[in-house]
Amino acid sequence: MNINLKVNGKSYSPDVEPRLLLIHFLRDVAGLTGTHMGCETSLCGACTVELNGKAIKSCTMFAVQANGAEIVTVEGLATNGKLDPVQEAFWNEHGLQCGFCTPGMIMASKQIIERNPSPTEEEIRHGLEGNVCRCTGYQHIVNAVKAAAAGAGK
Amino acid sequence: MIAQKFEYTAPKSLDEALHLLASGAKPLAGGMSLIPMMKLRLASPEHLVDLRTIQDLNFIREAGGQLHIGATASHYEIESSALLRQKCPLLTETAAAIGDVQVRNMGTIGGSVAHADPAADYPAALQALEAKFVLKGAKSERTVSAADFFVDAFATALEPGEILSEVIVPIDDARTGTSYQKMVQPASGFAIVGLAARVRVNAGKVSFVRIGVTGLSNHAYRASGAEKTFEGKTSSPANIQAAAALVAQGVDANSDLHASADFRRHLAVVHAARALKTALSRIA
Repeated sequence: MNINLKVNGKSYSPDVEPRLLLIHFLRDVAGLTGTHMGCETSLCGACTVELNGKAIKSCTMFAVQANGAEIVTVEGLATNGKLDPVQEAFWNEHGLQCGFCTPGMIMASKQIIERNPSPTEEEIRHGLEGNVCRCTGYQHIVNAVKAAAAGAGK
Repeated sequence: MIAQKFEYTAPKSLDEALHLLASGAKPLAGGMSLIPMMKLRLASPEHLVDLRTIQDLNFIREAGGQLHIGATASHYEIESSALLRQKCPLLTETAAAIGDVQVRNMGTIGGSVAHADPAADYPAALQALEAKFVLKGAKSERTVSAADFFVDAFATALEPGEILSEVIVPIDDARTGTSYQKMVQPASGFAIVGLAARVRVNAGKVSFVRIGVTGLSNHAYRASGAEKTFEGKTSSPANIQAAAALVAQGVDANSDLHASADFRRHLAVVHAARALKTALSRIA
């Protein structure tokens, strides 16, 4: 089936099988391996991307459902080599250890701050419920979201 | 995990979708339950009809003194709806308690209700709200009450070829206090038990009470024994407790690795008391 979609501003018109998952399109067809496949059961959030401005789990969506959509992956955040404020904050606050969950954490964190520019710690933790970190680095991740929110207005 | 092969259609109109469903295709809404089931090969539909591309199914509006919610309204659209927050806060509170942000962005009220997972959140609220569901087929349209809709685990009043097109709930004014209290299963976000309460007080006595229960048994239900006990009484802590103690009475409680049947009944009583207390505290 032929679909049209934009990923990080670039247009794609692939011919895909309906059962191809969005994450497999992103990683295997578009070559954007920044989005990670973790649990494959929509629990861990490592595969989180933005679909028309909303954070979604790309392992639980078929690519055909994204026909006509605009997608942003972690590769689409930095502009001209300058990191997005959320990426910068994860770096500064050591918001990662192994880094596997980080692309999903960053995409979910962006959604939290977009909807609520000054989230409380409780709101940040509620917002990250769909993302799992196996290095138990949650405290630094929460600190990174706080720092990104505090710095976002600067 | 890759699903079995299937055909996919994204119709523009509801008529086109209903026509395809009449010939055996299955509806796909947010896919938050169906897609994992397809990946695990617990479901292998041959033809999926995507309802999210149909504009006529995505709305939240007030009409005729009631609130009408289209099947493909997402949990996030419901949780963030100013109209619902003002006129049906029980539904916004329940939507905000579902799964996680990513699931709420994709998942829909119609999909969740039609799937009828015994641990889903909405059914408790929709039982307490005495919601009505509009069911449409290629040549039929009927309205079914929440009480008649939820038949068993994953079983509803929907006939083959029918879809749930719209959820209708009443307007709750400021004199009605509401609350949804849930014991969450932390990995999945589903309710081990979920209790929804709506309460009104007149001249110091409870004049109206509705209690919806999810997670405890095969399908959500109204705890009418508890309601009858509470109605006409004062809202004292002892009366709250006496009513809450009845929510699990006569119910064949589910038992799984997350909670035994006895523990689930206990949780239902505790959360019923919390829901009634919180609902009472919210009466303006």
